[in-house]
Amino acid sequence: MPVFDQQETRKPPISQIGAILWLKTNLFSSWINSILTFASLYLLYIMIPPLLNWMIFDASFSFGTINFFGFEIKFSEEMATNDNCGRVGACWPYIYEKLYMYTYGFYPRTETWRPNTVFALTGLLFVIVPLVKNYKYKNRVTLSLIILYPLISYILIAGGFGLLTPVDTDQWGGLLLTLIIASVGIIVSFPIGVLLALGRQSNLKVIKLFSTLFIEFIRAVPLITILFMASFVLPLFLESGNYFDKLLRALIGIALFQAAYFAEVVRGGLQAIPRGQYEAADAIGLSYFQKNVLIILPQALKISIPNIVGSSISLFKDTTLVLIIGLFDMLAMVNLTSNDPYWLGRETEGFVFVTMVMWAILYTMSRYSRKLELRFNTENKN
Amino acid sequence: MYMKKIILDSLGKSQHRGLNFRDMLYNNEARAFFFQIVTFVLVVGLFYTAIGNLFQNIDERGINTGFTFLKNRAGFDILPFLGNYVVNYTPESSNFSVFYVGLVNTLVVAFVGIILSTLIGLLIGIARLSNNYLVAKLAGGYIELFRNVPILLQILFWYNLFINLFPHPKQSFAFFDIMFLNQRGLYLPKPIPEDGFMLVTISLLLGITASYFVKKHYKKKHELTGIHTSTWPFSIALILGLPIIVFLILGSPLQFDIAVLGKFNLRGGMNVVPEFLALTFALSVYTATYIAEAIRSGIEAVDKGQKEAAAAIGLTPTQSLKLIILPQALRVAIPPTINQYLNLTKNSSLATAIGYPELMSAFGGTVLNQVGQAVEILAMAMLVYLVISLFISLLLNYVNNKMAIQGR
Repeated sequence: MPVFDQQETRKPPISQIGAILWLKTNLFSSWINSILTFASLYLLYIMIPPLLNWMIFDASFSFGTINFFGFEIKFSEEMATNDNCGRVGACWPYIYEKLYMYTYGFYPRTETWRPNTVFALTGLLFVIVPLVKNYKYKNRVTLSLIILYPLISYILIAGGFGLLTPVDTDQWGGLLLTLIIASVGIIVSFPIGVLLALGRQSNLKVIKLFSTLFIEFIRAVPLITILFMASFVLPLFLESGNYFDKLLRALIGIALFQAAYFAEVVRGGLQAIPRGQYEAADAIGLSYFQKNVLIILPQALKISIPNIVGSSISLFKDTTLVLIIGLFDMLAMVNLTSNDPYWLGRETEGFVFVTMVMWAILYTMSRYSRKLELRFNTENKN
Repeated sequence: MYMKKIILDSLGKSQHRGLNFRDMLYNNEARAFFFQIVTFVLVVGLFYTAIGNLFQNIDERGINTGFTFLKNRAGFDILPFLGNYVVNYTPESSNFSVFYVGLVNTLVVAFVGIILSTLIGLLIGIARLSNNYLVAKLAGGYIELFRNVPILLQILFWYNLFINLFPHPKQSFAFFDIMFLNQRGLYLPKPIPEDGFMLVTISLLLGITASYFVKKHYKKKHELTGIHTSTWPFSIALILGLPIIVFLILGSPLQFDIAVLGKFNLRGGMNVVPEFLALTFALSVYTATYIAEAIRSGIEAVDKGQKEAAAAIGLTPTQSLKLIILPQALRVAIPPTINQYLNLTKNSSLATAIGYPELMSAFGGTVLNQVGQAVEILAMAMLVYLVISLFISLLLNYVNNKMAIQGR
């Protein structure tokens, strides 16, 4: 009887496994792809090394004092000056020196702990909310947080009420101001936006007309015209002698602007709710208010969460516009600090720094929005 | 309505049982009427108070009203660009010509920006779907980088880089000694049309119309007989050939004024100011990320089965792309792209930050500071943006109707 020796399986040819296969299928699958690959490599070659040289290899890092959230770290005894840096690479000591301005603007240096506490509280908020997710009284906790957090933050930052030294809004600036405008803008405009969306979907002709007019008007004009309106014309609309803070005016403009965009996002959610839900709510005799609060809005808002985050991202980007009406947000600090006679001509470093900070924040937000989109997307694809 | 009445009658209740207050309170129509009246009164009252206050404040501060300021002398210089040439702007011109200059400059930025952003967006959107790993990742990186940085920051950044990085006029980058690039901007040859150039323009228009009819004719022939004729040689001959022949027959009626290096600066030519270059570049690069995403989602939205079906009935890959994939992909991709055009136009108002003299910068900025009539000036500026956005929504509706799936 013939006995078959078990033969070892032959290994696949080297070109069908591992890195070579990957290269072959992903980079050099055809001659056009090969050309594209080399073109991309060339593009990277002309862009990345000069950038790295400027940012790292030719840059100055190691002198001056850095003020990081109020803590001072000294690098060396050597003074940080414009001359010590040279003009070949980036001058990061300029950023160290001005970091305080970029974070807090003209906020009094003795009071730094106050915005810091607010930052810490904000961080804590992100810890607490997921923690109480399964807690019995989670609604009460959330509600009290919604009321308490802005109140405490306002008292801490603005001072006054006989507790803390008041700090004028003129002195708020930098990243602090950017975050304040963005968060106040989102929080204030959201309820207005929901009301406008309901108004636009309403059967009442007059309410529908006004809501539609408002939304369409705001969406048709650039934010800067709204900010100019808020800054120049709004004081004229009020009874004479009413003092109106510049920041507050900008916030009103931004909140109205954003409300129109939120309204459209929420309207999209409202339209996605099947008619049956409305009819069922009517059938069991719920009032308009009950119908919307208990049945329609919870579903509509849930659908529109990814778009709400997306719209908030746009708002965060738009906060930079306040520099045009003379508020000193983080971007405005670039021109302000490089007008300092000791640090002339350091705009590029400033812009790169602000870009990095803004990008990090916005990228995180957009990742988060994409994650939400995937989580809420129950539709089957193909 | 009728049903309701019958039901109510059968219950022994008439809908019109007299004007009982309790009935009114629970009557839906009465409630609706009441709420609408309240809203109307509130909104109108708000406007009434605001406008009353406005007139009082204007009186107190001694601000003029009305649009007579438009006729007054402007008295300031505007950065020389296309708008200035169109109306021959001098500081002696009226405030209305400033408005006109601003409008022209806004439209120029919007026009160039829309073309550039579409091109970049198409390129990046297609590259994003490439099966070449490196190209796809680079396109993805481009989108993530430029999309997540505020547009104002990008405008300021490019403007700053332009001014600091590009050489002094003496060491301009020269392209074949006809185009120069330095920190004062881009110098292009300035076309000077002579007599008879109109004929060339007319022949170009004629060529375009003629090629349209040729195409229509052969399309009809294709539908009737099934014989396909390529029309692109005709189109090229008509659109390019005809004007060139007319141009040569007339003896080149077009001269170019090329910039020459003077003692300190380049003289002559057509100067494209750095403000315009930075603004257009930033706007295009930023908007292109959104257009690229729109195009990508459009292509991805086409079902895989469509491509397979096209292959099954024997279409070549080119035919399948042209006849099956693209028409469906564009239906998804075009509406968001048109929306981005509107956004680009609105974002061009950020030129205020770098001083490019468009509508919000020259008219809404400088004139406003000089005249102080904020209400009138901002109303005019807003009206322009309203008209532009209305125009773009009309375009969008037209495209949507045209592209809607034809029901049978």
